[in-house]
Amino acid sequence: MSADQRVVRRWWLPAAFVLLAASVAFGAMIGPAGGISSTNWEIIWNIRLPRVALAGIVGAMLSLAGASYQGVFRNPLVDPYLLGAAAGAGLGATLVFIYGRLSTSGWLVDPLPLAAFVGALLAVIVTYTVGASFGGSSLSLVLAGVAVAALATAVQQYLLLRNSDVIKEVYSWISGRVSTATWGDVKLVLPYVVVCSVVLLVHRRHLDVLRVGDEEAATLGSEVRRVRLVVVIAATLGTAAVVSVSGLIGFVGIMVPHLVRLVAGSSYRMVLPLSIVVGASFLILADIPGRILERGSETPIGVVTALVGAPMFIFVLRTRRVPA
Amino acid sequence: MSSIGFECLNVRYGEHEAVYALTDHVRPGEWLCLIGPNGAGKSSVLRAVAGLVPYRGAITVDGTPLADRSPRRRAALVAYVPQSPLMPDDMTGLEYVLLGRNPYIGYFGSESKHDRALVTDVLHRLDLHEFAGRRLGSLSGGERQRLVIARAVAQEAPVLLLDEPTSALDIGHQQQALELVDRLRHDHGLTVVSAMHDLTLAGLYADRLALLHQGHVVSTGDAAHVLRPETLSEFYGVSVSVHHEPDGTVVVVPRRSAAR
Repeated sequence: MSADQRVVRRWWLPAAFVLLAASVAFGAMIGPAGGISSTNWEIIWNIRLPRVALAGIVGAMLSLAGASYQGVFRNPLVDPYLLGAAAGAGLGATLVFIYGRLSTSGWLVDPLPLAAFVGALLAVIVTYTVGASFGGSSLSLVLAGVAVAALATAVQQYLLLRNSDVIKEVYSWISGRVSTATWGDVKLVLPYVVVCSVVLLVHRRHLDVLRVGDEEAATLGSEVRRVRLVVVIAATLGTAAVVSVSGLIGFVGIMVPHLVRLVAGSSYRMVLPLSIVVGASFLILADIPGRILERGSETPIGVVTALVGAPMFIFVLRTRRVPA
Repeated sequence: MSSIGFECLNVRYGEHEAVYALTDHVRPGEWLCLIGPNGAGKSSVLRAVAGLVPYRGAITVDGTPLADRSPRRRAALVAYVPQSPLMPDDMTGLEYVLLGRNPYIGYFGSESKHDRALVTDVLHRLDLHEFAGRRLGSLSGGERQRLVIARAVAQEAPVLLLDEPTSALDIGHQQQALELVDRLRHDHGLTVVSAMHDLTLAGLYADRLALLHQGHVVSTGDAAHVLRPETLSEFYGVSVSVHHEPDGTVVVVPRRSAAR
Protein backbone atom coordinates (compact mmCIF):
# COMPACT_ATOMS: atom_id res chain seq x y z
CA MET A 1 0.00 0.00 0.00
CA SER A 2 1.42 3.40 -0.90
CA ALA A 3 1.87 6.19 1.61
CA ASP A 4 -0.74 8.18 -0.31
CA GLN A 5 -3.29 5.47 0.11
CA ARG A 6 -2.62 5.16 3.82
CA VAL A 7 -3.21 8.87 4.19
CA VAL A 8 -6.43 8.59 2.19
CA ARG A 9 -7.57 5.72 4.37
CA ARG A 10 -6.82 7.58 7.56
CA TRP A 11 -8.65 10.70 6.52
CA TRP A 12 -11.69 9.68 4.60
CA LEU A 13 -13.67 7.87 7.25
CA PRO A 14 -13.40 10.71 9.83
CA ALA A 15 -14.09 13.21 7.04
CA ALA A 16 -17.19 11.27 6.04
CA PHE A 17 -18.43 11.30 9.63
CA VAL A 18 -17.99 15.06 9.81
CA LEU A 19 -20.03 15.33 6.59
CA LEU A 20 -22.71 13.12 8.16
CA ALA A 21 -22.86 15.23 11.34
CA ALA A 22 -23.14 18.42 9.26
CA SER A 23 -25.87 16.85 7.15
CA VAL A 24 -27.87 15.87 10.22
CA ALA A 25 -27.56 19.40 11.61
CA PHE A 26 -28.66 20.99 8.32
CA GLY A 27 -31.42 18.45 7.92
CA ALA A 28 -32.81 19.30 11.34
CA MET A 29 -32.51 23.06 10.93
CA ILE A 30 -33.83 23.76 7.46
CA GLY A 31 -37.46 23.49 6.47
CA PRO A 32 -40.73 25.25 5.66
CA ALA A 33 -41.20 26.24 9.31
CA GLY A 34 -38.23 28.59 9.00
CA GLY A 35 -34.78 28.55 10.49
CA ILE A 36 -33.71 27.28 13.85
CA SER A 37 -34.78 30.60 15.45
CA SER A 38 -38.43 29.59 15.37
CA THR A 39 -37.48 26.65 17.52
CA ASN A 40 -40.33 24.43 18.07
CA TRP A 41 -39.04 21.28 19.65
CA GLU A 42 -42.14 19.40 18.53
CA ILE A 43 -41.45 20.19 14.88
CA ILE A 44 -37.81 19.22 15.15
CA TRP A 45 -38.33 16.07 17.16
CA ASN A 46 -41.47 14.70 15.53
CA ILE A 47 -41.22 15.92 11.93
CA ARG A 48 -37.68 16.89 10.96
CA LEU A 49 -35.58 14.42 12.90
CA PRO A 50 -37.54 11.31 11.85
CA ARG A 51 -37.17 12.29 8.21
CA VAL A 52 -33.48 13.05 8.73
CA ALA A 53 -33.06 9.67 10.41
CA LEU A 54 -35.04 7.84 7.75
CA ALA A 55 -33.23 9.61 4.89
CA GLY A 56 -29.92 8.68 6.52
CA ILE A 57 -30.90 5.06 6.98
CA VAL A 58 -32.29 4.75 3.44
CA GLY A 59 -29.27 6.48 1.89
CA ALA A 60 -26.86 4.34 3.86
CA MET A 61 -28.62 1.09 3.03
CA LEU A 62 -29.11 1.79 -0.68
CA SER A 63 -25.47 2.87 -1.06
CA LEU A 64 -24.15 -0.11 0.86
CA ALA A 65 -26.41 -2.51 -1.05
CA GLY A 66 -25.37 -0.91 -4.35
CA ALA A 67 -21.66 -1.23 -3.53
CA SER A 68 -22.16 -4.85 -2.45
CA TYR A 69 -24.08 -5.72 -5.60
CA GLN A 70 -21.34 -4.08 -7.67
CA GLY A 71 -18.76 -6.20 -5.88
CA VAL A 72 -20.56 -9.47 -6.18
CA PHE A 73 -21.38 -8.92 -9.87
CA ARG A 74 -18.04 -7.23 -10.59
CA ASN A 75 -19.85 -4.49 -12.45
CA PRO A 76 -19.72 -0.83 -11.42
CA LEU A 77 -22.94 -0.07 -13.33
CA VAL A 78 -25.07 -2.26 -11.11
CA ASP A 79 -27.51 -0.83 -8.59
CA PRO A 80 -29.40 -2.49 -5.73
CA TYR A 81 -32.45 -2.86 -7.97
CA LEU A 82 -30.55 -5.09 -10.43
CA LEU A 83 -32.26 -8.36 -9.59
CA GLY A 84 -35.78 -6.96 -9.76
CA ALA A 85 -36.21 -5.55 -6.24
CA ALA A 86 -37.51 -2.19 -7.49
CA ALA A 87 -39.91 -3.66 -10.04
CA GLY A 88 -41.21 -6.16 -7.47
CA ALA A 89 -41.68 -3.46 -4.83
CA GLY A 90 -43.38 -1.24 -7.41
CA LEU A 91 -45.79 -4.01 -8.36
CA GLY A 92 -46.55 -4.80 -4.72
CA ALA A 93 -47.25 -1.14 -3.94
CA THR A 94 -49.40 -0.77 -7.09
CA LEU A 95 -51.59 -3.67 -5.98
CA VAL A 96 -52.21 -1.97 -2.62
CA PHE A 97 -53.07 1.36 -4.27
CA ILE A 98 -55.49 -0.39 -6.61
CA TYR A 99 -57.11 -2.24 -3.75
CA GLY A 100 -57.58 1.18 -2.20
CA ARG A 101 -55.78 3.04 0.54
CA LEU A 102 -59.10 4.03 2.11
CA SER A 103 -60.38 0.50 2.42
CA THR A 104 -57.09 -0.61 4.00
CA SER A 105 -56.82 2.31 6.41
CA GLY A 106 -58.50 0.31 9.17
CA TRP A 107 -56.09 -2.58 8.87
CA LEU A 108 -53.94 -3.43 11.85
CA VAL A 109 -50.78 -3.34 9.74
CA ASP A 110 -50.33 -0.87 6.87
CA PRO A 111 -50.24 -3.16 3.82
CA LEU A 112 -48.25 -0.72 1.64
CA PRO A 113 -44.75 -1.28 3.08
CA LEU A 114 -45.56 -4.95 3.58
CA ALA A 115 -46.61 -5.42 -0.06
CA ALA A 116 -43.58 -3.49 -1.35
CA PHE A 117 -41.27 -5.53 0.88
CA VAL A 118 -42.79 -8.87 -0.15
CA GLY A 119 -42.89 -7.81 -3.83
CA ALA A 120 -39.19 -6.92 -3.80
CA LEU A 121 -38.19 -10.15 -2.08
CA LEU A 122 -40.38 -12.32 -4.32
CA ALA A 123 -38.95 -10.75 -7.47
CA VAL A 124 -35.38 -11.39 -6.33
CA ILE A 125 -36.19 -14.95 -5.23
CA VAL A 126 -37.67 -15.66 -8.69
CA THR A 127 -34.61 -14.07 -10.32
CA TYR A 128 -32.20 -16.12 -8.24
CA THR A 129 -34.11 -19.36 -8.84
CA VAL A 130 -34.25 -18.78 -12.60
CA GLY A 131 -30.61 -17.63 -12.72
CA ALA A 132 -29.44 -20.62 -10.71
CA SER A 133 -31.20 -22.98 -13.11
CA PHE A 134 -29.01 -21.50 -15.89
CA GLY A 135 -25.83 -22.25 -13.98
CA GLY A 136 -25.86 -19.47 -11.38
CA SER A 137 -23.09 -17.39 -12.95
CA SER A 138 -23.27 -13.65 -12.38
CA LEU A 139 -24.27 -13.13 -16.03
CA SER A 140 -27.17 -15.60 -15.83
CA LEU A 141 -28.40 -13.89 -12.64
CA VAL A 142 -28.24 -10.46 -14.26
CA LEU A 143 -30.10 -11.69 -17.34
CA ALA A 144 -32.74 -13.35 -15.18
CA GLY A 145 -33.04 -10.05 -13.26
CA VAL A 146 -33.65 -8.13 -16.48
CA ALA A 147 -36.39 -10.58 -17.46
CA VAL A 148 -38.11 -10.60 -14.06
CA ALA A 149 -37.98 -6.79 -13.82
CA ALA A 150 -39.46 -6.47 -17.31
CA LEU A 151 -42.24 -8.91 -16.42
CA ALA A 152 -43.11 -7.19 -13.12
CA THR A 153 -43.05 -3.75 -14.77
CA ALA A 154 -45.28 -4.98 -17.61
CA VAL A 155 -47.85 -6.35 -15.13
CA GLN A 156 -47.69 -3.10 -13.16
CA GLN A 157 -48.23 -0.99 -16.29
CA TYR A 158 -51.15 -3.13 -17.40
CA LEU A 159 -52.74 -2.80 -13.96
CA LEU A 160 -52.19 0.97 -13.99
CA LEU A 161 -53.82 1.35 -17.39
CA ARG A 162 -56.85 -0.55 -16.12
CA ASN A 163 -56.91 1.55 -12.93
CA SER A 164 -55.81 4.97 -14.12
CA ASP A 165 -57.28 6.69 -11.03
CA VAL A 166 -54.31 5.57 -8.91
CA ILE A 167 -51.57 6.49 -11.39
CA LYS A 168 -50.64 9.71 -9.55
CA GLU A 169 -50.45 7.98 -6.18
CA VAL A 170 -48.34 5.15 -7.58
CA TYR A 171 -45.91 7.49 -9.33
CA SER A 172 -45.62 9.63 -6.25
CA TRP A 173 -44.65 6.49 -4.32
CA ILE A 174 -42.23 5.36 -7.04
CA SER A 175 -40.52 8.76 -6.97
CA GLY A 176 -39.68 8.14 -3.34
CA ARG A 177 -40.36 10.21 -0.26
CA VAL A 178 -39.24 10.51 3.32
CA SER A 179 -41.41 13.57 4.05
CA THR A 180 -44.06 11.60 5.92
CA ALA A 181 -41.49 9.73 7.99
CA THR A 182 -42.30 8.94 11.58
CA TRP A 183 -40.21 7.38 14.33
CA GLY A 184 -42.39 4.30 13.70
CA ASP A 185 -40.96 4.01 10.17
CA VAL A 186 -37.46 4.35 11.55
CA LYS A 187 -38.05 1.63 14.14
CA LEU A 188 -39.62 -0.58 11.48
CA VAL A 189 -36.63 -0.61 9.13
CA LEU A 190 -33.73 -0.10 11.51
CA PRO A 191 -33.37 -3.74 12.65
CA TYR A 192 -33.26 -4.97 9.03
CA VAL A 193 -30.75 -2.31 8.06
CA VAL A 194 -28.49 -2.99 11.03
CA VAL A 195 -28.45 -6.77 10.56
CA CYS A 196 -27.98 -6.55 6.77
CA SER A 197 -25.25 -3.93 7.10
CA VAL A 198 -23.31 -6.06 9.59
CA VAL A 199 -23.55 -9.09 7.30
CA LEU A 200 -22.39 -7.07 4.29
CA LEU A 201 -19.50 -5.44 6.17
CA VAL A 202 -18.33 -8.87 7.32
CA HIS A 203 -18.06 -9.85 3.65
CA ARG A 204 -16.00 -6.88 2.50
CA ARG A 205 -12.77 -8.91 2.35
CA HIS A 206 -14.57 -11.62 0.33
CA LEU A 207 -15.69 -8.97 -2.16
CA ASP A 208 -12.04 -7.99 -2.62
CA VAL A 209 -11.17 -11.61 -3.41
CA LEU A 210 -14.02 -11.75 -5.96
CA ARG A 211 -12.44 -8.83 -7.84
CA VAL A 212 -10.13 -11.32 -9.60
CA GLY A 213 -13.12 -13.21 -11.01
CA ASP A 214 -15.15 -16.22 -9.91
CA GLU A 215 -12.66 -18.81 -11.13
CA GLU A 216 -9.53 -17.33 -9.63
CA ALA A 217 -11.37 -16.59 -6.39
CA ALA A 218 -12.35 -20.27 -6.29
CA THR A 219 -8.74 -21.36 -6.78
CA LEU A 220 -7.82 -19.06 -3.89
CA GLY A 221 -10.20 -21.03 -1.68
CA SER A 222 -13.28 -18.76 -1.84
CA GLU A 223 -16.70 -20.35 -1.83
CA VAL A 224 -17.90 -18.01 -4.54
CA ARG A 225 -21.52 -19.13 -4.74
CA ARG A 226 -22.02 -19.02 -1.01
CA VAL A 227 -20.50 -15.55 -0.72
CA ARG A 228 -22.62 -14.29 -3.61
CA LEU A 229 -25.80 -15.79 -2.17
CA VAL A 230 -25.24 -14.37 1.33
CA VAL A 231 -24.33 -10.92 -0.03
CA VAL A 232 -27.30 -10.84 -2.41
CA ILE A 233 -29.69 -11.94 0.37
CA ALA A 234 -28.42 -9.28 2.80
CA ALA A 235 -28.33 -6.50 0.19
CA THR A 236 -31.79 -7.42 -1.09
CA LEU A 237 -33.37 -7.71 2.36
CA GLY A 238 -31.97 -4.32 3.35
CA THR A 239 -33.06 -2.73 0.05
CA ALA A 240 -36.55 -4.23 0.32
CA ALA A 241 -36.89 -2.94 3.88
CA VAL A 242 -35.96 0.64 3.03
CA VAL A 243 -37.92 0.91 -0.22
CA SER A 244 -40.98 -0.40 1.61
CA VAL A 245 -41.11 2.85 3.62
CA SER A 246 -39.32 5.30 1.30
CA GLY A 247 -40.50 4.25 -2.15
CA LEU A 248 -38.06 3.83 -4.99
CA ILE A 249 -35.26 6.33 -4.54
CA GLY A 250 -32.99 5.85 -7.53
CA PHE A 251 -29.44 6.81 -8.36
CA VAL A 252 -28.09 6.77 -4.78
CA GLY A 253 -27.07 3.13 -4.89
CA ILE A 254 -25.01 3.57 -8.03
CA MET A 255 -23.67 7.08 -7.53
CA VAL A 256 -22.44 7.03 -3.92
CA PRO A 257 -20.20 3.95 -4.28
CA HIS A 258 -18.70 5.57 -7.41
CA LEU A 259 -17.95 8.80 -5.59
CA VAL A 260 -16.38 6.81 -2.76
CA ARG A 261 -14.18 4.86 -5.20
CA LEU A 262 -13.01 8.07 -6.84
CA VAL A 263 -11.66 9.42 -3.57
CA ALA A 264 -10.73 6.32 -1.57
CA GLY A 265 -9.86 3.62 -4.12
CA SER A 266 -11.68 0.45 -5.03
CA SER A 267 -10.95 -1.86 -2.11
CA TYR A 268 -14.28 -2.94 -0.66
CA ARG A 269 -12.80 -2.62 2.81
CA MET A 270 -13.01 1.13 2.28
CA VAL A 271 -15.87 1.31 -0.21
CA LEU A 272 -18.45 -0.45 1.99
CA PRO A 273 -18.04 1.49 5.25
CA LEU A 274 -17.59 4.80 3.42
CA SER A 275 -20.67 4.16 1.26
CA ILE A 276 -22.75 3.87 4.45
CA VAL A 277 -21.62 7.23 5.82
CA VAL A 278 -21.53 9.12 2.51
CA GLY A 279 -24.83 7.58 1.38
CA ALA A 280 -26.55 8.66 4.59
CA SER A 281 -25.15 12.21 4.28
CA PHE A 282 -26.09 12.46 0.61
CA LEU A 283 -29.71 11.48 1.11
CA ILE A 284 -30.14 13.71 4.19
CA LEU A 285 -28.85 16.66 2.14
CA ALA A 286 -30.89 15.63 -0.91
CA ASP A 287 -34.02 15.75 1.23
CA ILE A 288 -33.54 19.47 1.99
CA PRO A 289 -34.18 21.10 -1.44
CA GLY A 290 -37.44 19.18 -1.76
CA ARG A 291 -38.81 20.92 1.35
CA ILE A 292 -38.11 24.45 0.19
CA LEU A 293 -38.45 24.33 -3.62
CA GLU A 294 -42.23 24.34 -3.60
CA ARG A 295 -44.17 25.87 -0.76
CA GLY A 296 -47.14 23.81 0.29
CA SER A 297 -46.05 20.67 -1.44
CA GLU A 298 -42.88 18.63 -1.63
CA THR A 299 -40.67 17.64 -4.53
CA PRO A 300 -40.16 13.87 -4.21
CA ILE A 301 -36.68 13.03 -2.91
CA GLY A 302 -36.10 10.54 -5.75
CA VAL A 303 -36.50 13.43 -8.20
CA VAL A 304 -34.06 15.57 -6.22
CA THR A 305 -31.41 12.82 -5.99
CA ALA A 306 -31.38 12.56 -9.77
CA LEU A 307 -31.74 16.32 -10.45
CA VAL A 308 -28.92 17.27 -8.09
CA GLY A 309 -26.94 14.06 -8.21
CA ALA A 310 -26.74 13.52 -11.96
CA PRO A 311 -25.03 16.83 -12.86
CA MET A 312 -22.72 16.49 -9.85
CA PHE A 313 -21.90 12.94 -10.88
CA ILE A 314 -21.16 13.97 -14.47
CA PHE A 315 -18.93 16.80 -13.18
CA VAL A 316 -16.98 14.41 -10.94
CA LEU A 317 -16.63 11.83 -13.72
CA ARG A 318 -15.27 14.49 -16.05
CA THR A 319 -12.65 15.57 -13.56
CA ARG A 320 -11.53 12.16 -12.28
CA ARG A 321 -10.69 8.85 -13.84
CA VAL A 322 -13.32 6.14 -13.26
CA PRO A 323 -11.92 2.98 -11.70
CA ALA A 324 -13.22 -0.29 -13.14
CA MET B 1 7.52 -31.69 -1.35
CA SER B 2 4.35 -33.23 -2.67
CA SER B 3 3.55 -35.72 -5.38
CA ILE B 4 0.55 -35.57 -7.70
CA GLY B 5 -1.22 -38.66 -8.92
CA PHE B 6 -3.66 -38.94 -11.84
CA GLU B 7 -5.70 -42.12 -11.94
CA CYS B 8 -7.78 -42.56 -15.07
CA LEU B 9 -8.65 -38.83 -15.23
CA ASN B 10 -11.50 -38.00 -17.59
CA VAL B 11 -12.76 -34.48 -18.27
CA ARG B 12 -15.86 -33.98 -20.45
CA TYR B 13 -17.59 -30.85 -21.68
CA GLY B 14 -21.03 -32.15 -22.64
CA GLU B 15 -20.43 -34.79 -25.30
CA HIS B 16 -16.84 -33.71 -25.90
CA GLU B 17 -14.19 -35.75 -24.09
CA ALA B 18 -11.37 -33.26 -23.42
CA VAL B 19 -9.13 -35.56 -21.37
CA TYR B 20 -9.31 -39.32 -21.67
CA ALA B 21 -8.00 -41.84 -19.11
CA LEU B 22 -4.95 -39.86 -18.04
CA THR B 23 -2.84 -41.83 -15.58
CA ASP B 24 0.44 -40.34 -14.39
CA HIS B 25 2.51 -39.76 -11.31
CA VAL B 26 4.38 -36.49 -10.85
CA ARG B 27 7.21 -37.01 -8.40
CA PRO B 28 7.80 -34.58 -5.51
CA GLY B 29 9.77 -31.61 -6.83
CA GLU B 30 9.34 -32.63 -10.48
CA TRP B 31 8.33 -30.20 -13.24
CA LEU B 32 5.94 -31.84 -15.69
CA CYS B 33 5.09 -29.86 -18.79
CA LEU B 34 2.01 -30.71 -20.83
CA ILE B 35 2.44 -29.97 -24.52
CA GLY B 36 0.23 -30.57 -27.51
CA PRO B 37 -1.76 -28.69 -30.14
CA ASN B 38 -4.67 -26.38 -29.25
CA GLY B 39 -7.59 -28.36 -27.86
CA ALA B 40 -5.40 -31.33 -26.87
CA GLY B 41 -6.61 -31.13 -23.25
CA LYS B 42 -3.63 -29.45 -21.54
CA SER B 43 -5.62 -26.69 -19.86
CA SER B 44 -8.40 -29.12 -18.94
CA VAL B 45 -5.95 -31.21 -16.92
CA LEU B 46 -4.77 -28.13 -15.03
CA ARG B 47 -8.33 -26.88 -14.51
CA ALA B 48 -9.32 -30.27 -13.11
CA VAL B 49 -6.47 -30.15 -10.59
CA ALA B 50 -7.44 -26.58 -9.68
CA GLY B 51 -11.02 -27.75 -9.05
CA LEU B 52 -12.52 -25.61 -11.81
CA VAL B 53 -14.05 -28.40 -13.91
CA PRO B 54 -15.78 -31.61 -12.85
CA TYR B 55 -13.92 -34.81 -13.65
CA ARG B 56 -14.09 -38.58 -13.28
CA GLY B 57 -11.22 -40.61 -11.95
CA ALA B 58 -8.96 -39.37 -9.19
CA ILE B 59 -6.42 -36.61 -8.69
CA THR B 60 -4.35 -37.07 -5.55
CA VAL B 61 -1.80 -34.94 -3.74
CA ASP B 62 0.46 -37.07 -1.56
CA GLY B 63 -1.98 -39.94 -2.03
CA THR B 64 -5.09 -38.10 -0.77
CA PRO B 65 -7.82 -37.37 -3.33
CA LEU B 66 -8.25 -33.63 -3.93
CA ALA B 67 -12.00 -34.13 -4.31
CA ASP B 68 -12.18 -34.83 -0.55
CA ARG B 69 -10.67 -31.44 0.30
CA SER B 70 -12.56 -28.26 1.10
CA PRO B 71 -11.94 -25.33 -1.30
CA ARG B 72 -9.68 -23.64 1.25
CA ARG B 73 -7.65 -26.78 1.94
CA ARG B 74 -7.32 -27.41 -1.78
CA ALA B 75 -6.08 -23.85 -2.28
CA ALA B 76 -3.46 -24.43 0.43
CA LEU B 77 -2.21 -27.44 -1.56
CA VAL B 78 -2.51 -26.23 -5.14
CA ALA B 79 -1.74 -22.74 -6.50
CA TYR B 80 -3.01 -21.99 -10.01
CA VAL B 81 -1.68 -19.36 -12.40
CA PRO B 82 -4.29 -18.99 -15.17
CA GLN B 83 -3.51 -18.19 -18.78
CA SER B 84 -5.13 -14.75 -18.63
CA PRO B 85 -5.36 -13.66 -15.00
CA LEU B 86 -7.98 -11.03 -14.22
CA MET B 87 -6.01 -8.22 -12.62
CA PRO B 88 -8.09 -5.21 -11.51
CA ASP B 89 -6.36 -2.07 -12.76
CA ASP B 90 -6.74 -0.11 -9.56
CA MET B 91 -5.65 -2.85 -7.16
CA THR B 92 -2.13 -2.35 -5.78
CA GLY B 93 0.60 -4.97 -6.09
CA LEU B 94 0.50 -5.58 -2.35
CA GLU B 95 -3.29 -5.99 -2.26
CA TYR B 96 -3.05 -8.42 -5.18
CA VAL B 97 -0.33 -10.64 -3.66
CA LEU B 98 -2.16 -10.59 -0.30
CA LEU B 99 -5.04 -12.43 -2.02
CA GLY B 100 -2.73 -15.45 -2.01
CA ARG B 101 -3.23 -15.65 1.77
CA ASN B 102 -6.97 -16.20 1.37
CA PRO B 103 -6.82 -19.99 2.07
CA TYR B 104 -5.40 -19.29 5.53
CA ILE B 105 -7.91 -16.66 6.61
CA GLY B 106 -11.12 -17.71 8.36
CA TYR B 107 -14.52 -16.72 6.93
CA PHE B 108 -14.92 -13.83 9.37
CA GLY B 109 -11.21 -13.05 9.67
CA SER B 110 -8.79 -10.74 7.95
CA GLU B 111 -5.08 -10.87 7.16
CA SER B 112 -2.85 -11.29 10.19
CA LYS B 113 0.48 -9.59 10.81
CA HIS B 114 2.08 -12.87 9.76
CA ASP B 115 0.25 -12.77 6.40
CA ARG B 116 1.40 -9.21 5.74
CA ALA B 117 4.98 -9.96 6.79
CA LEU B 118 5.05 -13.05 4.59
CA VAL B 119 3.75 -11.14 1.56
CA THR B 120 6.26 -8.34 2.12
CA ASP B 121 8.99 -10.97 2.26
CA VAL B 122 7.76 -12.63 -0.96
CA LEU B 123 7.76 -9.25 -2.72
CA HIS B 124 11.33 -8.62 -1.59
CA ARG B 125 12.59 -12.06 -2.53
CA LEU B 126 11.02 -11.79 -5.99
CA ASP B 127 12.41 -8.28 -6.35
CA LEU B 128 8.90 -6.87 -6.64
CA HIS B 129 8.77 -4.61 -3.57
CA GLU B 130 8.83 -1.48 -5.72
CA PHE B 131 5.44 -2.54 -7.14
CA ALA B 132 3.78 -3.01 -3.74
CA GLY B 133 2.10 0.39 -3.84
CA ARG B 134 1.73 0.64 -7.62
CA ARG B 135 -1.60 0.04 -9.28
CA LEU B 136 -1.72 -3.05 -11.48
CA GLY B 137 -2.98 -0.98 -14.41
CA SER B 138 0.29 0.96 -14.45
CA LEU B 139 2.50 -2.14 -14.75
CA SER B 140 3.88 -3.86 -17.85
CA GLY B 141 2.91 -7.39 -18.90
CA GLY B 142 6.12 -8.87 -17.51
CA GLU B 143 5.74 -7.10 -14.17
CA ARG B 144 2.15 -8.22 -13.87
CA GLN B 145 3.09 -11.82 -14.67
CA ARG B 146 5.71 -11.80 -11.92
CA LEU B 147 3.09 -10.50 -9.47
CA VAL B 148 0.76 -13.36 -10.42
CA ILE B 149 3.58 -15.80 -9.66
CA ALA B 150 4.24 -13.91 -6.41
CA ARG B 151 0.59 -14.38 -5.46
CA ALA B 152 0.94 -18.10 -6.09
CA VAL B 153 4.10 -18.16 -3.94
CA ALA B 154 2.27 -16.33 -1.14
CA GLN B 155 -0.29 -19.13 -1.31
CA GLU B 156 2.47 -21.43 0.07
CA ALA B 157 1.04 -24.41 -1.80
CA PRO B 158 3.43 -27.29 -2.55
CA VAL B 159 1.92 -27.75 -6.03
CA LEU B 160 2.11 -24.99 -8.65
CA LEU B 161 0.00 -25.10 -11.81
CA LEU B 162 0.94 -22.81 -14.68
CA ASP B 163 -1.32 -22.47 -17.71
CA GLU B 164 0.66 -20.91 -20.57
CA PRO B 165 2.64 -18.72 -18.17
CA THR B 166 4.65 -17.00 -20.90
CA SER B 167 2.25 -16.74 -23.83
CA ALA B 168 1.87 -12.96 -23.52
CA LEU B 169 5.53 -12.17 -22.87
CA ASP B 170 8.49 -11.28 -25.07
CA ILE B 171 11.46 -13.63 -25.18
CA GLY B 172 13.33 -11.84 -22.38
CA HIS B 173 10.36 -11.83 -20.03
CA GLN B 174 9.56 -15.43 -20.97
CA GLN B 175 12.98 -16.49 -19.78
CA GLN B 176 12.74 -14.28 -16.70
CA ALA B 177 9.39 -15.78 -15.65
CA LEU B 178 10.49 -19.38 -16.21
CA GLU B 179 13.81 -18.82 -14.41
CA LEU B 180 11.78 -17.45 -11.50
CA VAL B 181 9.56 -20.54 -11.43
CA ASP B 182 12.61 -22.79 -11.64
CA ARG B 183 14.31 -20.97 -8.78
CA LEU B 184 11.18 -21.14 -6.64
CA ARG B 185 10.86 -24.82 -7.42
CA HIS B 186 14.32 -25.46 -6.05
CA ASP B 187 14.07 -23.04 -3.10
CA HIS B 188 10.62 -24.14 -1.96
CA GLY B 189 10.56 -27.71 -3.19
CA LEU B 190 7.54 -27.05 -5.43
CA THR B 191 6.05 -29.66 -7.71
CA VAL B 192 5.13 -27.93 -10.97
CA VAL B 193 2.67 -28.89 -13.69
CA SER B 194 2.55 -26.47 -16.60
CA ALA B 195 0.98 -26.26 -20.02
CA MET B 196 3.12 -24.61 -22.68
CA HIS B 197 3.12 -23.98 -26.40
CA ASP B 198 6.79 -23.14 -26.83
CA LEU B 199 8.35 -26.58 -27.20
CA THR B 200 11.96 -25.42 -26.86
CA LEU B 201 11.22 -23.58 -23.61
CA ALA B 202 9.16 -26.52 -22.36
CA GLY B 203 12.07 -28.89 -22.95
CA LEU B 204 14.54 -26.41 -21.49
CA TYR B 205 12.86 -26.03 -18.09
CA ALA B 206 10.68 -29.09 -17.45
CA ASP B 207 12.04 -32.40 -16.17
CA ARG B 208 9.51 -34.30 -18.18
CA LEU B 209 7.14 -33.59 -21.07
CA ALA B 210 3.79 -35.21 -21.76
CA LEU B 211 2.47 -34.77 -25.29
CA LEU B 212 -1.33 -34.75 -25.43
CA HIS B 213 -3.40 -35.27 -28.55
CA GLN B 214 -7.22 -35.22 -28.48
CA GLY B 215 -7.21 -35.86 -24.74
CA HIS B 216 -4.80 -38.80 -24.85
CA VAL B 217 -1.18 -38.84 -23.68
CA VAL B 218 0.65 -40.05 -26.78
CA SER B 219 4.24 -39.63 -25.59
CA THR B 220 5.92 -38.87 -22.29
CA GLY B 221 9.54 -38.61 -21.22
CA ASP B 222 12.41 -36.13 -21.37
CA ALA B 223 12.76 -33.55 -24.11
CA ALA B 224 15.04 -35.69 -26.28
CA HIS B 225 12.50 -38.50 -26.19
CA VAL B 226 9.30 -36.52 -26.84
CA LEU B 227 10.54 -33.74 -29.12
CA ARG B 228 11.24 -35.84 -32.18
CA PRO B 229 10.49 -34.51 -35.66
CA GLU B 230 8.32 -37.47 -36.66
CA THR B 231 6.28 -37.32 -33.41
CA LEU B 232 5.73 -33.57 -33.70
CA SER B 233 4.81 -33.68 -37.37
CA GLU B 234 2.35 -36.50 -36.70
CA PHE B 235 0.50 -34.75 -33.87
CA TYR B 236 0.96 -31.07 -34.72
CA GLY B 237 0.68 -31.61 -38.48
CA VAL B 238 3.75 -29.47 -39.00
CA SER B 239 7.18 -29.91 -40.47
CA VAL B 240 9.92 -29.16 -37.92
CA SER B 241 13.62 -29.65 -37.53
CA VAL B 242 14.97 -30.58 -34.12
CA HIS B 243 18.50 -29.60 -33.10
CA HIS B 244 20.39 -31.02 -30.17
CA GLU B 245 22.78 -28.49 -28.63
CA PRO B 246 25.99 -29.69 -26.98
CA ASP B 247 24.58 -28.80 -23.53
CA GLY B 248 21.62 -31.13 -24.10
CA THR B 249 19.11 -28.41 -25.03
CA VAL B 250 16.61 -29.55 -27.64
CA VAL B 251 15.68 -26.77 -30.07
CA VAL B 252 12.53 -27.10 -32.15
CA VAL B 253 12.39 -24.93 -35.27
CA PRO B 254 9.41 -24.93 -37.64
CA ARG B 255 10.31 -25.43 -41.29
CA ARG B 256 8.86 -23.25 -43.98
CA SER B 257 6.71 -24.98 -46.55
CA ALA B 258 8.63 -25.73 -49.77
CA ALA B 259 5.94 -24.13 -51.97
CA ARG B 260 6.45 -20.33 -51.96
